[in-house]
Amino acid sequence: MASNHALPVDLVYIFLVVLSAVMTLGIFATIAVFGLKYRRRHGREAHQIEGSLILEITWSVIPLGIFMVLFGWGAVIYFHERTPPRDSTEIYVVGKQWMWKIQHQEGQREINELHIPVDRDIKLIMTSQDVIHSFFIPEFRVKQDVIPGRYTTLWFRATTPGTYHLFCAQFCGTEHSGMIGQVVVMNPSDYQNWMSGGTIVGSLAQNGQTLFQQLGCSTCHRFDVQGRGPNLTGVFGKPVQLQDGRTVLADENYVRESILIPTAKVVSGFQPIMPSFQGQVSEEQLNALVAYVKSLSQAPAGAAGTPTNNPGPAANQ
Amino acid sequence: MATVAVPVEQKNYLNAEYGIRSWLFTTDHKRIALLYLVSITAMFFVGGFFALLIRLELLTPAGDLLLADTYNKMFSMHGQVMVFFFLIPSIPAVLGNFLIPMMIGAKDLAFPRINLLSWYIYIVAAGLYLWCIFSGGVDTGWTFYTPYSSLFSNTHVIEAGLAIFIAGFSSILTGLNFVVTVHRMRAPGMTWGRLPLFVWSHYATSIIMLLGTPVIAITLVLVVLERTLNLGIFDPSRGGDPVLFQHLFWFYSHPAVYIMILPSMAVVSEIIPCFSRKRVFGYTFVAMSSIGIAVIGFLVWAHHMFVAGISLYSALVFSFLTFLVAVPSAIKVFNWTATMYKGSLSFSTPMLYAIGFIGLFTIGGLTGVFLATLGVDVHVHDTYFVIAHFHYVMVGGAVLGFLGGMHFWWPKITGRLYPEGWGRLAAVIVFIGFNLTFFPQFILGYLGMPRRYWDYSHMPEWQGLNVLSTAGASILAVGYLLPMVYMLWSLRYGKIAGDNPWQATGLEWKTPSPPPTFNFDETPIVTEEAYEYDKMPLPEEVSLER
Ligand code: HEC
Ligand SMILES: [Cu+2]
Ligand SMILES: [Cu+2]
Repeated sequence: MASNHALPVDLVYIFLVVLSAVMTLGIFATIAVFGLKYRRRHGREAHQIEGSLILEITWSVIPLGIFMVLFGWGAVIYFHERTPPRDSTEIYVVGKQWMWKIQHQEGQREINELHIPVDRDIKLIMTSQDVIHSFFIPEFRVKQDVIPGRYTTLWFRATTPGTYHLFCAQFCGTEHSGMIGQVVVMNPSDYQNWMSGGTIVGSLAQNGQTLFQQLGCSTCHRFDVQGRGPNLTGVFGKPVQLQDGRTVLADENYVRESILIPTAKVVSGFQPIMPSFQGQVSEEQLNALVAYVKSLSQAPAGAAGTPTNNPGPAANQ
Repeated sequence: MATVAVPVEQKNYLNAEYGIRSWLFTTDHKRIALLYLVSITAMFFVGGFFALLIRLELLTPAGDLLLADTYNKMFSMHGQVMVFFFLIPSIPAVLGNFLIPMMIGAKDLAFPRINLLSWYIYIVAAGLYLWCIFSGGVDTGWTFYTPYSSLFSNTHVIEAGLAIFIAGFSSILTGLNFVVTVHRMRAPGMTWGRLPLFVWSHYATSIIMLLGTPVIAITLVLVVLERTLNLGIFDPSRGGDPVLFQHLFWFYSHPAVYIMILPSMAVVSEIIPCFSRKRVFGYTFVAMSSIGIAVIGFLVWAHHMFVAGISLYSALVFSFLTFLVAVPSAIKVFNWTATMYKGSLSFSTPMLYAIGFIGLFTIGGLTGVFLATLGVDVHVHDTYFVIAHFHYVMVGGAVLGFLGGMHFWWPKITGRLYPEGWGRLAAVIVFIGFNLTFFPQFILGYLGMPRRYWDYSHMPEWQGLNVLSTAGASILAVGYLLPMVYMLWSLRYGKIAGDNPWQATGLEWKTPSPPPTFNFDETPIVTEEAYEYDKMPLPEEVSLER
């Protein structure tokens, strides 16, 4: 089994295959037996039968019962698949026609390859810069559409080192079938080596911090005194009170939307003066900004391998 | 009503008038049905040609026969032609059109001219679609997902979208005509409880056509407007939502699956009693399950979107409802099988198709249960598993039903019998070819082969199953071509059928074959339930075989 999701999925699948085989063969066998027994012969007439309420109830209720078991079973797996553990290692993914771009927290970037350590919970935070794609690792039994304009997430824990296929499963144009790559699952030591190779220009959050200065975010969002925008320390992951009375959770999609369409959700007590950065930042830069805003609320999270050099508010002064 | 057989001179709907005008301006539901038959058969071969190219391309892992863009157009147009121009009109517009008035003892549909109008609308739509094909085609998949279709594809999305938009009106009008006809035109004594199940199923289909089709029509117009006027409904960079399109699309396109399968169930519900010489087991349950399917079928659309980023809880609700909609389909399968119990079974061609339908639809339905199971769907969604599943339903179900129905009512439509031996042979070939084509795709899907892949050279291990599939497709093609040949042959050389060669119940058999223009010389008065097979003698030919 290549991932934590593979076994549960395969178990229901096997159950379904057996169930279907029994059902299909049952129906086929019944028809075959009837075909032999009740084949038209001289002198034997059909026996008219109106129907049977008891039978109708039986063959409605039994399938319904089996279906409810399957519903529950499938739902539990799905619930698990859609609820990433809190301390997962986060990796950002951008889909584009026709490649996968990967950004690790520590600053590594890859194209069409995803290197991860074995036995660690990995959460992919994914978006697309053009059309809808779908991130699919068959051996892990996971798949998630990657949608422009928002983040979707996918999590798994690889359980066996090795190289696995990565496909795009949602039709995305000419080279859809070429939008493939591989997931390399490594032992902790190999992973350490891989992480320390190559030249890295700072972690994702540090890049975000640089952007935060360059784009002038820091002129409004200050950490020392109250600026024209809210102090972003500790915002991420907490509920935010909006001007129109709603409360929303400040998750990745919220931060993303705050940067691209600031007027969609205006924080209570502030003027809607923040300019939209739509079209001015690339998806990768957006990821860096989001990672930075997140880092302002985190005690150093269990980042993969190397301890993250978390730029706190202090680094900003 | 049964007339003495003087087959040659007798006036019927075919020889009542001659000349092309008498066909193009006819309001006779039976002639319109034949106009539809010719048009959808032509479209079937267009769609089949695309399928052929798809299968040939996939024979080898490398993308070597077609260009990537050409391949993408092939599967897109295969899907669009087969769904919108063949399957949706197939049984309703041909067999439904021909038979519903006769089955309820009416002279025609409620609105004969609107009936002709729906055919003309279909022709305009099909013409526009063909023009789209010849001007370069479209590559969005049959699903038109945004923002690919609205902003990125540079193929003829507008023409294709408009063609399907127009075709929608044709099915709305057909649905409307059927609903009004069934309500208003039943002969005296033809109560709802005496309606043949064929009519019940078509009634359910018509309701879906009426309620669902406007939604797809509007949705495609929105895509066209987004392309032309940059509306920003689906474009995320303007605050639009690309996933909204999927909700709208599937709100119609899931029920559309039932537009395609319910009429097939209608056919099977007639064939099985006839060749078992028995009334249908559990008439009320079979009738009501059609209505149940039509109603619940509108509440399950987001099961196509479990990995499209919908909320966790809505996924749970849609999974639950999808399991519910499987129950009425199961009820039907069990009742058809039970109908054979203690019957007097004959395995003539239509019966072979009906039994094939039961088998393949069972597999199609059960694999639908796989897809309703959330955890499993995440893995097999958008893979060949889904392709196999819906071909079991759409081809194994809908097309086999269509072929079965065409054979069953061919003597009524043409007055001639097709050669029985060839008929059975073709039915067996279709069954074998079909399974060989599509069963391997279940395995490919679980192995992870995504759909719409032009090139799988990084996964050469998938070739074996693909070769099987292509081989099966060529057998299937033979199975499709055979009936074309022998049915055309029978038009001239087939044995004269007589009014009721199967000794079937139902008013359509109580009138000459081919029927006169207004079906019945005098309006029949119905005094019995449907499927009173105990009162019917055994058919001649078949009782001869021992
Ligand atoms: C002109 C001043 C200004 C600039 C420049 C600015 N913002 Fe803002 N920002 C605001 C104001 C005011 C608000 C609160 C009102 C609102 O939600 O629109 C805000 C809200 C936010 C929020 C939501 C905060 C919360 O408490 O929920 C985030 C996140 C954010 N901005 C990030 C950024 C980033 C990243 C940049 C740079 C790319 C940036 N802002 C640039 C003024 C600004
Ligand atoms: Cu793709
Ligand atoms: Cu569906």
